[in-house]
Amino acid sequence: MINTINALTRSLNVFHLAGSACNNCDIEILDALTPRYDLERFGITLVGSIRHADVLLVSGVFNRKAAIRAKELLAQIPRPYLVLGIGGCPCTGLMFQNSYNWDRPPSDYMNIDAFVPGCPPKPEAIISAVVKVIEGLRSGALVPRCLQDQTVTAGARAPGAAETA
Amino acid sequence: MKGSMVILEFLLFPGLLFTAVAGLLTSWVDRKVTAWVQMRVGPPLLQPFYDIRKLFIKETCVPESGAIGMFLLAPLLGLAAVTLASMILWRTLLDSEATFVGDLIVLIYLLVMPALAVMLGSFASRNPLASLGGSREVKLMIAYELPLVLALLVPVIQAGSIRLGDLLVSPAPVTSLPGVLALLVCIACMQAKLTLVPFDMPEAETELSGGALIEYSGPPLAMFKLTRAMMLFTMPMLLLVLFFGGLLNGPAWKQLLIGFLLWFVLVALTIVIRNTTPRVRIDQAVRFFWGPVSLVALVAVTLAWLGW
Repeated sequence: MINTINALTRSLNVFHLAGSACNNCDIEILDALTPRYDLERFGITLVGSIRHADVLLVSGVFNRKAAIRAKELLAQIPRPYLVLGIGGCPCTGLMFQNSYNWDRPPSDYMNIDAFVPGCPPKPEAIISAVVKVIEGLRSGALVPRCLQDQTVTAGARAPGAAETA
Repeated sequence: MKGSMVILEFLLFPGLLFTAVAGLLTSWVDRKVTAWVQMRVGPPLLQPFYDIRKLFIKETCVPESGAIGMFLLAPLLGLAAVTLASMILWRTLLDSEATFVGDLIVLIYLLVMPALAVMLGSFASRNPLASLGGSREVKLMIAYELPLVLALLVPVIQAGSIRLGDLLVSPAPVTSLPGVLALLVCIACMQAKLTLVPFDMPEAETELSGGALIEYSGPPLAMFKLTRAMMLFTMPMLLLVLFFGGLLNGPAWKQLLIGFLLWFVLVALTIVIRNTTPRVRIDQAVRFFWGPVSLVALVAVTLAWLGW
């Protein structure tokens, strides 16, 4: 288990999913990956295929149609993986929460491990969040939710899972 | 006894383990120099090893409708071929009498296999983007193989032998005009064989999002990455043996030093080309290789034939 976490945290390949966002968070995510901040120092690289990814970066609110695609995409990522919600939208929907096509907060149907609040969060905030996530994983304070599913019995999770399915 | 030694050589030195470690260090050099070109710090020395280790703990996803047997066998094919190619090269370098007549031909075939593995794997996955990447890989291979084989003829003609050991000890072809021309052709073909920019259309990240390898995850992807890293180490070694072989003489430490420097220059050239050029379209690549590059290779072969 510790070995798994150590191997995972030293080489994080991120995949960027923008769900009907206003694009500000996406620009900040790309900023964080530019040579100026040089995330490759920590082994963090952007990949083009969800099959190569270890971290799914979710930004924006998902409308009803985008939510279906987001769930499909999450089903395709190989375990173990992490999901990070970038910006305030994946948390609460912010100003879009009264919109006619607003479904539910993505955290209702995706196992989001950590949120980076802000509208949009600065690249420094994103990097600080990633560092905190890595530290949490190594100290055992944070267990990836994709790994929790295997340990928690099916009955214990069933009510919540049935509600959001 | 002899059989077990060969298996040991295949698995440890100069086979799989040695080539894998050397290849991953080469890919670190590639990433570090790329970082310097972009004025950033770049990854730590062990980053390629971390990447491979991480892929081995990841889940292996197989596409539902793909040809799963071929999908999982293809990476093994590429890895085995490049290991064998590196082994033949290193046996020649360690002892120029150790190899057999015609090993250059075997080597050319073995070095085709990694590209073939990418094609087989991409078509077996039945992903539309992967098959597009696979078809580009086919076209690219058809384009660069002709000038590459033509250029490899130059050292063969000059040495009058098709055995790597003889090519290694004969006068270095780069000291003659046809040799220099053939080396330039080989460097262009090497760039395409390693599918590095400007010839990385099979894996074009922006249009094909990972291209030929899009469906791979976990250990099979690790094998493909390892194969690519090992090719990055082996291809410059091949050019070193073929074109600079005669320069490697004197005491062992001097040979090692000159050999390493020349190899590093070839690798650095590849990295600089990759960082300073944009990706070309597949038709432009075919036109480039069948046009000017093949012409230069033909001129080089003719001059070598005339004894320049």
